[in-house]
Amino acid sequence: MKQVPYRNLSLRLSLLSLAILLTFSTFMHAQDVEAPAENTAVEANADGAAGDVAAGEALFKANCAACHKLDRKATGPALRGVADKYDREWLYDWVKNSQGLIASGDAQAIKIFEENNKSVMTAFPALSNTDIDNVLAYTSQPKPEPTAAPVPGGGGGEGTGGGVSNNLILGALALVFLVLVVMLFLVTNTLKKIAEANGVSYPEREKRTPLWKTFVQNQFLVLVSAVFLLLTAGYFMYGYFMQVGVDQGYAPVQPIHYSHKIHAGDNEIDCNYCHSSARKSKTSGIPSLNVCMNCHKNIADYNGEVDPSEGYTKEFYDGEIAKLYDAVGWDVDQQAYTGKTKPVKWVRIHNLPDFAYFNHSQHVTVAGIECQKCHGPVEEMEIMEQFSPLTMGWCINCHRETNVSMAGNEYYEKIHEELSKKYGVEQLTAAQMGGLECGKCHY
Amino acid sequence: MASNKKYWKSVEELNENSSVVTSLRENEFVEAIPTDEFLGDKETLEASSTTRRDFLKYVGFTTAAASFAACEGPVIKSIPYVVAPDEIVPGVANYYASTIADGFDFANVLVKTREGRPIKIERNDLSETGVNARVHASVLSLYDNNRLKAPLVDGETVSWSDFDSKVAQAMNEMQGQNIVLLTQTFASPSTSRLIKEFTARYSNVRHVVYDTVSSSQALDAFQNKFGTRALADYDFSKAEVIVSVGADFLGDWQGGGYDSGYAKGRIPKNGKMSRHIQFEANMSLTGANADKRIPVKPSDQLKVIKALTGSGSTSGLPEGVVKAITAAKAQLQKAGSKGVVVTGLEDVGAQTAVLNFNANSSVMDTDKPRMIRKGKNSEVMNVLNGVANGTVKGLITVGVDPVYSFPNHKAFAEGYKNLQMSLAFAMKKDATASMAKLVAATPHYLESWGDVQMKKGTFSLTQPTIRPLFNTKQFQDCLLQWTGNTKNYYDYIKETWTDVLEGTSWNKALEAGVLVSGADIDVEEGSASNNEFSETLESNSSNGAFAMTSQEGGLELTLYTKTSLGDGQQANNPWLQEMPDPITRTSWDNYITVSAADAKAMELENIHVANGGLDGSLVNVKMGEIVLKNVPVIIQPGQAKGSVGLALGYGKTHAIQKEMQTGVNAYPLYQNFNTVQKVTLEKVSGMHEFACVQLQNTMMGRDIIKETSLEIFNTKSVEEWNPIPKVSKDHQEIPVTSPDADLWDGFDRSIGHHFNLSIDLNACTGCGACVIACHSENNVPVVGKEEVRKSRDMHWLRIDRYYSSEESFEVDEVKKEEFSGLWGDNGSLGGFGELEVAAANPQVAFQPVMCQHCNHAPCETVCPVAATSHGRQGQNHMAYNRCVGTRYCANNCPYKVRRFNWFLYNENDEFDYQMNNDLGRMVLNPDVVVRSRGVMEKCSMCIQKTQLSILQAKRDGRPVADAEFQTACSAACDKGAMVFGDINDHDSEVYKEKKDERMYHLLEAVGTKPNVFYKTKVRNSQEA
Repeated sequence: MKQVPYRNLSLRLSLLSLAILLTFSTFMHAQDVEAPAENTAVEANADGAAGDVAAGEALFKANCAACHKLDRKATGPALRGVADKYDREWLYDWVKNSQGLIASGDAQAIKIFEENNKSVMTAFPALSNTDIDNVLAYTSQPKPEPTAAPVPGGGGGEGTGGGVSNNLILGALALVFLVLVVMLFLVTNTLKKIAEANGVSYPEREKRTPLWKTFVQNQFLVLVSAVFLLLTAGYFMYGYFMQVGVDQGYAPVQPIHYSHKIHAGDNEIDCNYCHSSARKSKTSGIPSLNVCMNCHKNIADYNGEVDPSEGYTKEFYDGEIAKLYDAVGWDVDQQAYTGKTKPVKWVRIHNLPDFAYFNHSQHVTVAGIECQKCHGPVEEMEIMEQFSPLTMGWCINCHRETNVSMAGNEYYEKIHEELSKKYGVEQLTAAQMGGLECGKCHY
Repeated sequence: MASNKKYWKSVEELNENSSVVTSLRENEFVEAIPTDEFLGDKETLEASSTTRRDFLKYVGFTTAAASFAACEGPVIKSIPYVVAPDEIVPGVANYYASTIADGFDFANVLVKTREGRPIKIERNDLSETGVNARVHASVLSLYDNNRLKAPLVDGETVSWSDFDSKVAQAMNEMQGQNIVLLTQTFASPSTSRLIKEFTARYSNVRHVVYDTVSSSQALDAFQNKFGTRALADYDFSKAEVIVSVGADFLGDWQGGGYDSGYAKGRIPKNGKMSRHIQFEANMSLTGANADKRIPVKPSDQLKVIKALTGSGSTSGLPEGVVKAITAAKAQLQKAGSKGVVVTGLEDVGAQTAVLNFNANSSVMDTDKPRMIRKGKNSEVMNVLNGVANGTVKGLITVGVDPVYSFPNHKAFAEGYKNLQMSLAFAMKKDATASMAKLVAATPHYLESWGDVQMKKGTFSLTQPTIRPLFNTKQFQDCLLQWTGNTKNYYDYIKETWTDVLEGTSWNKALEAGVLVSGADIDVEEGSASNNEFSETLESNSSNGAFAMTSQEGGLELTLYTKTSLGDGQQANNPWLQEMPDPITRTSWDNYITVSAADAKAMELENIHVANGGLDGSLVNVKMGEIVLKNVPVIIQPGQAKGSVGLALGYGKTHAIQKEMQTGVNAYPLYQNFNTVQKVTLEKVSGMHEFACVQLQNTMMGRDIIKETSLEIFNTKSVEEWNPIPKVSKDHQEIPVTSPDADLWDGFDRSIGHHFNLSIDLNACTGCGACVIACHSENNVPVVGKEEVRKSRDMHWLRIDRYYSSEESFEVDEVKKEEFSGLWGDNGSLGGFGELEVAAANPQVAFQPVMCQHCNHAPCETVCPVAATSHGRQGQNHMAYNRCVGTRYCANNCPYKVRRFNWFLYNENDEFDYQMNNDLGRMVLNPDVVVRSRGVMEKCSMCIQKTQLSILQAKRDGRPVADAEFQTACSAACDKGAMVFGDINDHDSEVYKEKKDERMYHLLEAVGTKPNVFYKTKVRNSQEA
């Protein structure tokens, strides 16, 4: 009888490789999807009738935009098409000295004044008639068509299309492979039958002690592997337990999608503008909604960069601003507070345990540490997340490594002189100042 | 060897045919055990689809699910303001000056608020009024769950507009009928103007002022002499000789608050300090602080006064007392204008005698008298009788609870029920409010506006520090509305104050909280100012009680108020209930104090039981018809023989949670509003379980508290009266402070801050304000009576009280030194036993003890997990989250100041105190962690406060000023007994204290090098 050893091996191998292939194919697939969606913005560029639109736009943004929007009422009325509504000479007078016009008893002027809650418009005597013409030219431009939101599969079809075809090819390949495997299986089966029919027989393998028995009998090996297993288990257990309660990367969904990227990144608003109590209090404070309204009273819509692939469209952002208005009770049309407020229940991201005392002002005002040192690149975070582990080891490390900035602070004068002499250093770390003592943070 | 004896298990076995015996042979029990009774309905049990196995599966699954769920952190929400108030920065405390004026306690305070919640009461440095333990604790009464939450009409909650119309209707119906407006003393210029307007509008309303604990006789005496109804003010810091006859002026005598002035005069300066002689019956806080204390029965006290102030006869008085009187008289004479006599006797004659005697004394001030008591006994008695017999038809009560506190409260309650109109302004549904038809819910003083003239010419303002928690309305705002005034009370006060301000701006006055002004504002209150009574004042004197007390038989009772509960207004305040009485060191109770001799005669006893608790006999206290049943007895050293004492303010049953319904109501004994009464005691069976925190009453001749006399202090060298303990090294005596005597290497502490706390035992009167301040600053839990009894009290700061065993501590020490051998007359075996027993009239000393923050701390070396360690700034740190609760540290602490959390004291129904409800938890200090079960805790030397001071200085870029460093206790001490600061700052006050000759460390011989030090107590023992 012929010997056919390990005849099942090929089948097993093939199945294994199929599994491996299939596993990796998903990765390939995932990588392929990440083709960036294109964003085509339509540039509206109509010519002005009389006057320089570009100059007008610059003037408008410098002087008018704080109170006027083109298409929406703000502190003052919407200005698009204002040149057609009023006599141009009258407009010159109004812009240069609106209060004078009102005082003179001009009925039209008084009407506008009353309509806008009697808010006084700043006089611009410095603007020449040409300047005003330019501004009016800018405001007379037709309203641009809303930017078409890119539809998946349409504008950005090329990118995603690639993903689909890849899928198809992979699917086909997998199918072919499956067929091959089935064929192989059938062939071996048939061969086996033929062999049996031809009287080929397999030799009896001599009985050896099975591997596991050899292993069990070798006590040293058992001991070593037991120790090894225990250590490994211990290592992973330790790792598991050490991450309990460490929420690094925690980025919960907030009731209002507030983008730190837009505020701190794109618009470069200082962290302390909103988190003002970080300078004087232990908490950095979540800004109250009246702080938001300092700016958002005038910013009702979003005109910055968008990322439609993530769903961050202009409509999305405008909706989030609307949520703010709803919470604070601001009526955009009336430009007035309704008095109906719905306090926002933010999800707290940085949760220090109660038994650890941390004071922001110590770190922000006294030490002058950048917020980013602990909170990470907040100005790049579309969704705020916990950057640091906030573990005690992390605190301690920083206290060990960081030199205390003492220059110009009279409090430190004496202690610095004495301590630096004692330790023989120029710069003292927080640890040398006693920043590792238990009671400094736990009481 | 087998026995043939047969043992019967029961008589049934005698009966051979007994069915019981047969059935017992087969079954375990004669009758089947009725398992259904405790298992419930058998049928339903069987019908249930849950088998035992299923049940176990469920249990296993839920346990596993719960443990997995625990791995997930909770989602914590943060809700910021929509529009943030300008003055609130989250995490930063704001302080507001305000004033408490609840009719019993009057004080200028600072209110610390966090995120709009008042969390602590502090002293107002601009004012001299003392802030006692009750005032410190008053912030917790704001968050009392038993407060009235809305006005009530016939027990039903109504809106204020409904309530107002009901009141208007009632007032209309009552036209021409006799209505009494019974109020506490307000001492408020605005309120008194308002009440005048009210009584002018409703002419049938008569205003009567009722002080729950009366000072009427002293007021009468003052009114007779000076024309105004007020109390003389005393500045004891100016006194050289103080003689008090039954006046507990360090307690609540005439409104209290005299202790800070007294303490100033008690610190030896240039070899001089005041001499204080006390004649009294009960052992009071004042008597405990006296240089010489003579126990005198109340009936003899009148004689003492007469002899002291005039040439009254001393016949009939014991010889010792006569001697003391002669000596005191001589000393008073010598002191001239710097001597002063005060008395607490409720007797116009005695009070007048004292006023006359002090006329030349610079200590007494009658030009600017105190206005904080106004009540007139005869008037109040008229109301009491009027209501009882029906001549008074309507009663409006404000801030008082007559159904609880009137002496004949049963008769009064009967009459009160039948009143046509009963309107109670109350913060709680107290005894009166629960019977009143109309109940107006009033706010706490921390939610109210107000003004007070405590002393003539010293005006204070009360301002709200939180929006009213409940639907409450101030009495004054109600009056304004009912008199048809459209102003609110705030504007009304401002209007009154146009005269007071004298050029100061309103905002400045409000910021300071107190203003001294020359304005002469009339705050006469009550109809007592009608002169129809003024002529009869004298005839009230020497009234019945004193006549009665001179009769033979029975015991003389002196009613007093405790430092903790006072008149009982704040009885539902767990901080105050758990605060140990400074003298008896007993919490959660009132009791009758009896002298050892009387106790022996009546077979009354105090015993220590095995679990470390104190048990006391019970007695019935009888006074004619009135019987107080089952009053526990405490044998009080120093109690005058033949006299007993009992505290008022306990035994409340209305608007008070069950745990706080402690003690017996002593007001029924307060007949004629006289604190001295004649009673008989009758022993009854049973023992009372006290919650006493100190059972070792004597120092047994050790120098835990170092003492010396003024004479020795002035003439001898410091080595003699304050020696540094010596230890033997290589057979040579070396001082324990020398480095050679030390096991450890010293640590250089000369750099940075090094905090020390100085406690001057001369200035400390044992008032306990620091204890409550510590509670409120550090979130110290309340554990309840049962736990205190088991010595599991959590006080971080305790005030130990020691009695001398012989006539003075000095003699104790001499006695101990003279022990020789074990046996015999001078044997130590019997001798130490004798030293454990306090003398009949012992010397008393107080010593506040908190963690001593040892530089060589025994606790730190034994902690297996290094949870307690030393900071460079001298504080002994305790990391709660690191502690595993071995309690080694507490065992190794020589001062016994560490406290173990045996249970979870917050959010636990077993400990239903302030930390178990949302309202009460608002008082917690957010800067200090609330400890959990199984961890050790102790005084941190207020590290949160020192760290804050340092941070503020760092932020401003300046060195820390000395006064900035404070602990809660040092900030609360208005006597200057506790001084805290940085000893590395050589200009600091604490550095000077440390260099003082009187400085010593507690148990210095142990070598722990504490950062808390004490100053030797000096007694002025100069006789004549």
